[in-house]
Amino acid sequence: MLEYFTIFSLLIDSTLRIATPLVFAALAGLFAERSGVVDIGLEGKLLGAAFAAAAAAAITGSAFIGLFAGIICSVFLSLIHGFACVTHKGDQVVSGMAINIFVAGIGPTLALAWFKLGGQTPQLSGDARFSPLHFPGEEIIANIPYIGLIYSEILSGHNIFVYLAFILIPIVSWIVYKTKFGLQLRAVGENPEAVDTAGISVDWMRYKALIITGLLCGFGGAYISIAQNAGFIRNMSAGQGFLALAALIFGKWKPGLTLFACLLFAFTDALQARLQGVAIPGIGVIPVQFIQALPYILTVILLAGFIGKAVAPKASGIPYIKER
Amino acid sequence: MATLLDKTQQSNRSSPKWITHIVVPLFNLFVALMIAGIVIYFNGDDPIEALLLLIKGAFGNDEFIGFTLYYTTNFIFTGLAVSIAFHCGLFNIGGEGQAYIGGLGVGLVAIYLGHLSPFFVIPLCILAAVIFGASWALIPAYLQAKRGSHIVITTIMFNFLAAAVMTYLMVEVLIEPGQQAPQSREFNNNSWLPFMHEIFNFFGIQISVSSLNFSFIIAIISSLLIWLFIWRTHWGYEIRTTGANQKAAIYAGISPSKNIILAMVISGGLAGMVGINEIIGVHHRLILDFPAGFGFVGIAVALMGRNHPLGIFFAALLFGALYQGGAELSFDIPNITRDTMVFIQGLVILFSGAMEFVFKPYIENIYFFIKNNLLRS
Repeated sequence: MLEYFTIFSLLIDSTLRIATPLVFAALAGLFAERSGVVDIGLEGKLLGAAFAAAAAAAITGSAFIGLFAGIICSVFLSLIHGFACVTHKGDQVVSGMAINIFVAGIGPTLALAWFKLGGQTPQLSGDARFSPLHFPGEEIIANIPYIGLIYSEILSGHNIFVYLAFILIPIVSWIVYKTKFGLQLRAVGENPEAVDTAGISVDWMRYKALIITGLLCGFGGAYISIAQNAGFIRNMSAGQGFLALAALIFGKWKPGLTLFACLLFAFTDALQARLQGVAIPGIGVIPVQFIQALPYILTVILLAGFIGKAVAPKASGIPYIKER
Repeated sequence: MATLLDKTQQSNRSSPKWITHIVVPLFNLFVALMIAGIVIYFNGDDPIEALLLLIKGAFGNDEFIGFTLYYTTNFIFTGLAVSIAFHCGLFNIGGEGQAYIGGLGVGLVAIYLGHLSPFFVIPLCILAAVIFGASWALIPAYLQAKRGSHIVITTIMFNFLAAAVMTYLMVEVLIEPGQQAPQSREFNNNSWLPFMHEIFNFFGIQISVSSLNFSFIIAIISSLLIWLFIWRTHWGYEIRTTGANQKAAIYAGISPSKNIILAMVISGGLAGMVGINEIIGVHHRLILDFPAGFGFVGIAVALMGRNHPLGIFFAALLFGALYQGGAELSFDIPNITRDTMVFIQGLVILFSGAMEFVFKPYIENIYFFIKNNLLRS
């Protein structure tokens, strides 16, 4: 029994780690999409922030400067998206894709020129990384069966980003549903004409949302390169931005449900790593690729309307052009 | 999504076609290259030297030209694939996955029927590429047409699904027995497409060995057929009408859902044909990750080529030159790699896709200024 509980605790432990960048990116996407801007560039922003954070941390030796650089980079990419799609009414999907491809190319290019390590940053250690936080008394409590595991594996020993991601959920809920800004944000994504009539600038609202998107992706990207890993490698975001987008859709653009989707997707990933080559009695070996593909399959089924209906903010994807 | 074509086709002032179709794309390319040049400069290399080396590496001799055209072949297929979806107002990001699955179709035919006569097995491979690619696009198309699921998201998901399916098949099923690397056995050479140097050799002309193969000719024929289809058939007209204005299409008795599915199936089939060039054209076995981002290059190619097969040919040639020239370039300037070309590709998508309206008014103003003031006197 305790053995299974240990496996379970370890699974939850890795689920939380894997979910963290997804939560940041999905909440980032939530702001953009709630304001009516489709953002398939989450992947690019995560990767860009991961690169900037690792590069800055490698040069300065400070993880905090790394985080700051990651955020600046991600916000800058968000502003390019805004400039193309909000100011110039360009196609949002094309712009997002452009940012993804652009970042996938420039990160390794700059890393190669700066560090001469074949498109990577040097391995980071010490202060250049965010290390896990250990709660007091972990060693003592760890010896108590069950409770010790919960305390040491699930509650303690994570990165500050992991805790931050989970604290963000109620904060984002509060911003989106209880503040004036949140009301305007939702309105601008559903009915920009009404917001415009009320004398609020649609473009400025969307820019504000995109800046928050950039900020959150900055945290997510920095987590990937200077907390979860120890440096930047080519294409290290590995589709997590798209997975976050899927989680956002799965969560029907609501913070709580989105968190649930992120945890679900992260759990499948954690499970996949654990089930590699393990035969389950009565079923046999499940191909890891099937478990890896599960989040995408679930999202397609949801989008098809077979399990509930995912309705996007009404104005999302449509550039707002003032009538003259 | 329909806005994508509306705005490119209708202009508030009537500037001549060559402004929108030639000058604006070239200027957008110029801006993208300028930014890349600045990055190269700050990385400590000479951008002008890099550009000259790139051109030399792409067109310097017949071997380089061969490799340039080999990349061009892939980009013609994916560019046409993206463009036909654009004509229907759809953005097919799934070219990567469709190419992957198309290659699977080619590989399955070549593995299991490769011993048959080339005149039978090669057409069958081509057919398999089209059918497999098309069927991978069919589900997202159906979901968009009948259930309103956004095609951008579903095609992204299908890219990941294709990667998962292929990894599973390559690692567990199609792997060459006794081998570690996840690749299939080499096909019987009855299924190999002839290389261009072999074809030329047959007619007594010596050219250098390169990856360029018969697929290039298939790509050119496909371009002509797509041009005919889009502008000279009623199916093409219906697709364009659906893309321009779905409501108007319905009033004209055109079914948008039928055309969405038709356009996407053709799009997927075209993307699937990348599998011909890669699998029976060059590698002669199924390998992992052979689409290598070519599906995404198709987006840049379609945008730069203004969704017209002729424009797509030149845009594909441009990217073919970037890929081949870039590969040669990295021997001389180690800081410039394939990644740099991906970066330029992203910039091209940004400037000729998302920001296409940023420079256009200025270019038109300059044109009208020259026309009205300088040419009149």
